[in-house]
Amino acid sequence: MIELWNALPVLIQILLKITAIILPLLGLVAYYTYAERKVIGYMQVRIGPNRVGWRGLLQPIADAVKLLMKEIVIPTKADKTLFLLAPMIAIAPALAVWAVFPFDEGLVLADINAGLLYVLALSSLGVYGIIIAGWASNSKYALLGAMRSAAQMVAYEIAMGFALVGVLVAAGSLNLGDIVAAQEGNLLTWFWLPLLPLFGVYLISGVAETNRAPFDVAEGESEIVAGFHVEYSGMAFAVFFLAEYANMVLISALTALLFLGGWLSPLPAAWTEGSWLLSDGFHWLLAKTFFFMFLFLWLRATFPRYRYDQIMRLGWKVFIPITIVWILVVALAVVYRLPPWWSA
Amino acid sequence: MLDNYLPILIFILVGILVGVGPLVLGYLLGPRRPDSEKDSPYECGFAAFESARLKFDVRYYLVAILFIIFDLEIAFLFPWAVALGELGLFAFWAMVVFLGILVVGFIYEWKKGALEWE
Repeated sequence: MIELWNALPVLIQILLKITAIILPLLGLVAYYTYAERKVIGYMQVRIGPNRVGWRGLLQPIADAVKLLMKEIVIPTKADKTLFLLAPMIAIAPALAVWAVFPFDEGLVLADINAGLLYVLALSSLGVYGIIIAGWASNSKYALLGAMRSAAQMVAYEIAMGFALVGVLVAAGSLNLGDIVAAQEGNLLTWFWLPLLPLFGVYLISGVAETNRAPFDVAEGESEIVAGFHVEYSGMAFAVFFLAEYANMVLISALTALLFLGGWLSPLPAAWTEGSWLLSDGFHWLLAKTFFFMFLFLWLRATFPRYRYDQIMRLGWKVFIPITIVWILVVALAVVYRLPPWWSA
Repeated sequence: MLDNYLPILIFILVGILVGVGPLVLGYLLGPRRPDSEKDSPYECGFAAFESARLKFDVRYYLVAILFIIFDLEIAFLFPWAVALGELGLFAFWAMVVFLGILVVGFIYEWKKGALEWE
């Protein structure tokens, strides 16, 4: 097998690896939409989708086929090139970030030193898809939604960036694998504890960054119908939808990686000797990611929508001061080698 | 070193393809029945009033400017954060001065009401 693998051209090897990341990811995204409808259904004492397949399990596939058969309406007044370009700009960065994402010790497609910088750069690109979609649609609702969404994403990106700086100070490396390695130990040596305020800021900013409830004024179904993607139909709409959910999965996985020790087991290594389930591994990363993905749904089912001025106030006047102060606190702790995290 | 970046380039291309693929499929499989009403911009069933190229609030512009300042700040903080462990206390105080200047500007914006949304 290994010989056969090595005999393949490098390009094919890379493409196979990418497929091995993207296919499960797209499957996860498809079933995340199903999970959302089920979870929110149960939270509202309904049963959610239950007609297509056993307990509605084939629902995402039925949705995909339905959307595939629908007309892609391109409004006459729209800028056609930009209108069709926008969904691609929205989805490409949401997927491409996974190139540097380590799934387990050494299990990463591109092990680059500037990993976190790449993540920050690509996740910033997502806003272009939204702005271009809103402008190109040439519709008032789309423009309003895009403006709101852009201002909100930009505001929370600063808080997110500052939170990432805190992680960098704590880990002393931009490489995502090294950041996880720096958290080695047990539940209490993970960064969520020394970086608790930044952890909270990152998580909440992540929800705002993906325009999810309670920060979904950009969509605001009840006032500006659907925001930037009102004019999109069929597969063009589906691509935006995929991008939004792929971003949610990404934020969940990144939070697990940066603050909850990624694939590390919460128990000290001495206790988990010989047990596959309890020792470090991909399954821990998956479990942590699923927890945050569930949190996204839980938040949506629980909180009413924020008002726009409240969102901007939270981003600028609460999160940015908190993060600046906490970066300095962490920097001092690192400089003075505060035990137990930075005693080495 | 640079070899590591090839998979990233290919991944970005595949990402774009994942965007293009469904659009092409949808275009081929879906019907096309253009209709002047259907293709007009959505406005709750009314014929669209005036142009959709609206004037928008100047505060969005202000937010964009503030974003640039802070985002640059983050770009400056990144290399500092990585090297702090080796550079020690001097680097810490250097950044305190730098952040201090930014915070003065931030307080000024705050007092001027640039961060208010009515």
